[in-house]
Amino acid sequence: MQAMLAARDLACRRGERLLFRGLSLALSRGEACHVAGPNGIGKTSLIRILAGLLRPFHGSVECRASIGLLDERHALDPQVPLDRALAFWSELDGSGASLMAAHRERLGLADLADVPVRYLSTGQRKRAALARLLGQRAPVWLLDEPLNGLDTAGTELVETLIAEHRAAGGACVVASHQPIRLTEGTRLEITDFAA
Amino acid sequence: MIGRLLLRDLALLMPGGRRGGALLPLLFFLAVAMLYPFAVGPDAPLLARTGGGVIWVAALLAAILPLDRLVAPDLAEGVFDQLAVRGVAEELAIAVRMLAHWLSFAPLLLLATFAAAALLGLGQETLRTVLLGLLAGTPGLAAIGVLIAALTASLRGGAALAGLLLIPLSVPILIFGAGALARPDGGGLAFAAAISLLLVAVTPFAAGAAIRAARES
Repeated sequence: MQAMLAARDLACRRGERLLFRGLSLALSRGEACHVAGPNGIGKTSLIRILAGLLRPFHGSVECRASIGLLDERHALDPQVPLDRALAFWSELDGSGASLMAAHRERLGLADLADVPVRYLSTGQRKRAALARLLGQRAPVWLLDEPLNGLDTAGTELVETLIAEHRAAGGACVVASHQPIRLTEGTRLEITDFAA
Repeated sequence: MIGRLLLRDLALLMPGGRRGGALLPLLFFLAVAMLYPFAVGPDAPLLARTGGGVIWVAALLAAILPLDRLVAPDLAEGVFDQLAVRGVAEELAIAVRMLAHWLSFAPLLLLATFAAAALLGLGQETLRTVLLGLLAGTPGLAAIGVLIAALTASLRGGAALAGLLLIPLSVPILIFGAGALARPDGGGLAFAAAISLLLVAVTPFAAGAAIRAARES
């Protein structure tokens, strides 16, 4: 089967430091990969290289589907009520308002629709970013520390969402220093590729 | 999609917008026009002769005020990243931002020019030249503003640097736009418009490159 996301022989340099090299990765429909490793090893850089936001020092990335990115920066305007902030992205992604309301409900944000984003807690903001990701309906998910700030129920919800996404034919890369349950997912330790 | 980007940018930047403070440049502009006669004294011919230039300087300085809100918050919040993974080029986002920035300050500034002209006792002819000059020059000022905001967005103390950078870049527009007051043939206005056009054309590419470079840092 043809890979949705394939990276070949990646190397990443930040400043004068080579973070990793010789890293290859291929994901087909329904597959998931947990990128693990301690802080500062290059997990975020790898996600950003895969998303096409950072040029690799060496190697190439090929992606055959649209990408959904979830990282520490949620791209929701702080002064704007939550439903309006999400509506901007759902309109851009062409998904309807009712669908977004359903995603909000699912993520436990139903009561927060008219609360400005800056009043939300860290975990609530993360949930809002997940709602944005769901609304995007992108086949390839790149998640950078998706569990940061989430409570136990939130963690389980993320695991369920990833499982559903894969069942629907999506692929997912999760970079996290925390353990995350991915059934039949591969695990990639960046320390193995440290330069 | 361009419409959605523009609506969001306008909601953030317009007076009464979400990022706040959009009326400040206008009040600043009027404050300069109000203070200048107090500073030079009640000499009507002098005011009428120099008032046009003062309006230009006030407009230029007013254009600096909103720079820190133009690009930096979106860069910090990852909005450009999310647009990029959706295939929206930085150049397009910047071009839309430039238009929104112009709409948020220039039309009001032109209206306020009538009030400023009354305060400074400008004649009909001078007022007309100032208005035409500002119409030709403000797109360029908006472009310079967005360009500098993008260049300094990822720097510490970027806001202070932005103010300093604007001065040399906007001098050509000032020379020809305000220079039109001294030359009646309209050549200055044409030059100011030409410089504006050039800046408007270059800014999306330069600012887009600046945003991509900011990701690497």
